[in-house]
Order: sequence, then structure tokens, then C-alpha cells
Amino acid sequence: MTWLVESTMPHLIVAPVLLAMVSAAVMLLMGEGRRTLKVVIGLTSALLGLSISCVLLAWTHQHGVVAYLPGNWPPPFEIELALDGLSALMLVLTWTLGTAAVLFASARWHRAGVHFHPLMQLQLMGLSGAFLTADVFNLFVFFEILLAASYGLLLHGSGKARVQASVRYVAVNLTGSSLFLVGAAIIYGVTGTLNMAELSARLSGSSVANRHLIDAGAAILAVAFLLKAGAWPLNFWLSPAYASATPPAAAMFAILTKVGVYALIRLSTLMLAVGPVAGFGADVLLGFGIVTALLAALGTLGSQSASVQASWVVVVSAGTLLSALGLRDEKVLGSSLFYLVPSTIGCSLLFLLLDIIQRWRAGTTVVDEAPYLNAALESQDINLDEEGEPLFTMPFPASTAALALAFLACTLLLAGLPPLPTFIGKAAMLSAAMGSLVAHSNGDGRVWLFSAALLASGLLVLVSLMRTGIRIFWAEAERDRPRIRASEGVPLLALLGLTGALVVAAGPALSLANAAARSLFERRPYIEAVLGARPRPSPSPMGGQR
Amino acid sequence: MEAVLALAIGVLTGSGVWLLLRPRTFQLVLGSSLLSYAVNLFIFSIGGLAVDKEAILVDGIPADLNHYTDPLPQALVLTAIVIGFAMTALLLVIILASRGMTGTDHVDGIEP
Repeated sequence: MTWLVESTMPHLIVAPVLLAMVSAAVMLLMGEGRRTLKVVIGLTSALLGLSISCVLLAWTHQHGVVAYLPGNWPPPFEIELALDGLSALMLVLTWTLGTAAVLFASARWHRAGVHFHPLMQLQLMGLSGAFLTADVFNLFVFFEILLAASYGLLLHGSGKARVQASVRYVAVNLTGSSLFLVGAAIIYGVTGTLNMAELSARLSGSSVANRHLIDAGAAILAVAFLLKAGAWPLNFWLSPAYASATPPAAAMFAILTKVGVYALIRLSTLMLAVGPVAGFGADVLLGFGIVTALLAALGTLGSQSASVQASWVVVVSAGTLLSALGLRDEKVLGSSLFYLVPSTIGCSLLFLLLDIIQRWRAGTTVVDEAPYLNAALESQDINLDEEGEPLFTMPFPASTAALALAFLACTLLLAGLPPLPTFIGKAAMLSAAMGSLVAHSNGDGRVWLFSAALLASGLLVLVSLMRTGIRIFWAEAERDRPRIRASEGVPLLALLGLTGALVVAAGPALSLANAAARSLFERRPYIEAVLGARPRPSPSPMGGQR
Repeated sequence: MEAVLALAIGVLTGSGVWLLLRPRTFQLVLGSSLLSYAVNLFIFSIGGLAVDKEAILVDGIPADLNHYTDPLPQALVLTAIVIGFAMTALLLVIILASRGMTGTDHVDGIEP
């Protein structure tokens, strides 16, 4: 195992992108139908990608930042990929959710429309690429790949609500992409580079000409990222879109807002860290993060539909992370990276759970508006029946109680209560923020605002999800036991088990996240790895002559 | 020439934003197209405007930006054009589907 990793290592970085791309292409060539085979391919790819991501995380924890030259050109000219703690962490999270979503969709939802599995692979490809790239324009390209896949996934299942939500989702994201391009173009115009490490090195120079243009470029870029992250007031497209998406797609969308957060982390720690532009926009980020988290928490309180509530919870999580980033403190950022993982998993879990709950409450007839998801249109070779064949449903006696317990765990997870890992994450963030208060010993109002918003948004989410839970599980008429298929139960249990594992291994996981944050704030390892990467000599006799 | 280009970008952006804020889906498509034209022109101009200069190295002319136009924005704009075009096509399809399902071309799906 070790020698395998050692021998493939610089190339293994690009593997998550290629793996997803190849499996999507293969599934597209297979055409419509043959869904069992597609599930097998999709699941194999997702599990393989998950193991590769775990290997990459272990590797980068041990060896530090590694850069990869896909085109084998020397650094300033190459469009590079770079792997550091943060990108490895995001990769593991992406592929975990991808595996769960593919497995969950195989129960029922992949039959609601065409090409679910290829779209999911393309989504994973775009996400992996966005987390790995070390070039601003390449980041734009991967953003577009993941957005294009998400448009397809949002439309999956069709129906009026989804199409209506898609119109806004696509329009808003097209505008966001335009802003991204304008910001990237301004930054290129001033600095003459789009490589993140070189940008970082150039912007940290003591005197930067055209300081105001850089500020404008960074601000426009940040607006584009804030839009993707779902920051107030640019987040009203989010809840109709996420609430109307099919549940496995929505479970995957839970990480899309985190891509915006990820890009903002890169922007703040690499490009706006030292020199004349240091700390640019940190207070704005903090303010918008706090307002986003609080208003989204009010959104959960005010929404009647549980799916809408779940989509506001996604925004609460993103707002919390944005405000933590706005404090520009290494320890706070480290703890927030730890918080990111279970909180994203919790959002996905909630979307998946609500699917089972809604099907149970609706009885045997499914009321959701997915015109192609009915028994008459299903192909004959699939023996998953809508009425629930005994082979595929799990008729265990306490299934109602299990569902209720899972919902309870989800509520505690999203509100950040003990004993779940989000509590540990929030406690670590608070303690780090208070620690920075003591260290600087000047009564800093920003820390108090941050802490108050963190606690208040948790409380609001707790109240609203409890209310939903009471409405679903306690105020009930006579109803059959919920039927949960094995392919639905397994991903739910796996995600829950993962959060449990994060509690047990909270110490190592937290130190991993802190190490990632430390390397972000040091900057030097990233810059040296990216700019110091050397192309391999060509095997041909003409090698080395250019 | 700079002023003309700046004016063109400004007019395109202004019209694009105005159309984006209009309630009909067709205006939305036109608005996002105009906006993407403006962005493409902007990227194209960001390397500096140069008249009668090539982007590809020629023998005998020193290889610096005084003698050539910056090739990178041209490469970037090509990518941006392709992506913008594809996304606009997708938006058109979604809008047609929305028109078919709701029977109206209002962005909210209902006549106000």
C-alpha cells in the first residue's frame, strides 16, 4: 500500500478529477437505462475517490504541500494543481457526500429523470478540481463545471417547482460568473499573473502599484464567492433551489456553498494576507457572515416546509464559517475547518432524512412533483418496486423510533449541542476567539459579536428543528411504519456513524484542521511548493531542449 | 480608442444589468448575453490595447510586451466566450421548459 502511494504520488493528486471525468464519460456512452450497472460504476468511482482523498489527506499531513504540473511546463507558465491540508480535507468531505448521495439515489431517485449518475460524477469532478487548482482562472473553469452539473442535478426529476427554481438559480449564477471573470481580469491586469502562489508573492511586495485596482478586483472576486457561499443579501435564490431539488442532489448541494467559503479562505489567506493589502475586507466578511447566519437562522424559524428549513440551515453553516474567517485568526479558522465537516454532513443528512420522512407522511402515494418517477414508466429489469418489495425494504419493528432518533441526532448536530462534533467545533471556535481576546488584551467587540451570533444562530436552529420534529413525530395520526430501503438506510447510518467517529477522534481531527489552518497562515509552504515545482525531463532524446 | 472601448463596455454592462432586472424571461436571456459580451470585451482589453501587434512570437522581434500584444487575455476570453455561450444555451432551454410548464414568460411563473 505504502509503496503504491509512494510510486504514484505526484500523479495521484489529479486522480480524483480524472476518475470522476472518466466514469462520467463511460456512463454517458452507455446511454439511457442500465441503471444497475451505472450504480455499480458510480459507487465504485465514489468509493475509489473517497479512498484516494483519504490517502491524499494522510500524505499531505505527513509531507506538507505538494504541487502537480499536469502539462509539465515550468511553474510560472503552468496551470498547476496544488494539494494542501485544506484541499485534502475538502476532497474527503466531497467524496464522502458523493458516495452517500449515489447510494441513496440508487433506491429510487435516479429513476426520476435521465443521466443522474453522469451528472453526479461531473459534479464531483468540478468540486475536486475547484479544491485542487492553484490558478484563479482554472478555478473559474472548475466552478463552471460544477455549476453546469448542479444545473442538471437541480433539474433532475423535472416538475414545475424545480424548473422555476432553476431559472433563478441559473440566472443568478451566470451573473456571479460574470463578476468572477471581471474580478480575475482586473487582478490579472494589475499583477500580470493568475497563479495563486505567484499572486500571493507579488501582492505581498512592500509597494504595490495600483493599490485601488487590486482592492476593487479582490472585492469583485469576493462578491462572486460570497454569492456562491450564499451570503446575505445574495442568498434568496438558494432556498427555493435547494428545497425543490431531489434529495440526493440537495445532499450534494450542501457542499456547494462551502466551495464559495473555500475560495474566500484562499483569497484571504493567500492574496490578502501580508503587505499593503493585508486584512482587506476582513471586517466586512465578519459582518456579512454574522448577518447571514442570524437571518438564515430566522429563516429556519419562519419556514413552514421542512425542506426549506433544511436549505436555510445550509446558509447558517456557511454564514458561521464566513464570520469565523472574518476574524482572521489562525486558531479560529482551524476550529471552523473542523466545524465545517460535521456541519456539512449534518445538512446532507437532513435532506436525505426528510425524503424518507416525507414519503412516510405521504403514505404509499408519493406526492412530490416528479412526473417521470412513477411505476408505469419504470423499466422492467429493475426489481425495486414503489410499493416496497420485502427484499428491499427493511421491515424492522422500531423503524419509526429509529427515524425519530436519526432526526433528533440531526437536530443536535445542526444546532451544535453535545455530544456531537459540531458542538466540539463551536466550543473550539469560541475558545479560540476568547483566546485571541486575551492575547491582544484590547476589548475587541468583533469577538463578542462573533460569539453572540454563533450561540444565537445555534439556538434558533435548535428551536425551529425541534418544532419540526414535534410536528412530524409527536402529533401524528394512525400511520404505517416507515419503509426504509437498505440502500437508503446504509448511507444514513454511515453519515451518522461518521459524525460519531468525529466525536471519538475529535482530538486528532481537530489537530489536523489546525495544521491545515496553520499552513494557510504560513503561506510560505504553499508558495514554495507551487513555484518550486520542477517539470520532469522528457523521456525522448530531445528532452530538456525547449 | 480606449475611450470608445470603455464606453462600449459601459453601455453593454448598463443595458445588460437593466435587462437582467426586467420581469420577462426573454429579457433575462438578452441581459445575460449583453453582460457576458461586456465581460468578454473587458477581459480582452485588460492586457492593454495594442494596434497592429501580434500575439505570437515572430523571428527577429524582441520577445517582450512592448512589441507584442498580451496573449493571455486572448486565451482567457476564448474560454470565457465558450463557457458563457454554453450557459446561455442552457438558460434558454430552461426558460423554454418554464414557459411550457407555467404558460407564461414571467420569471416568477405567474402573471403579476
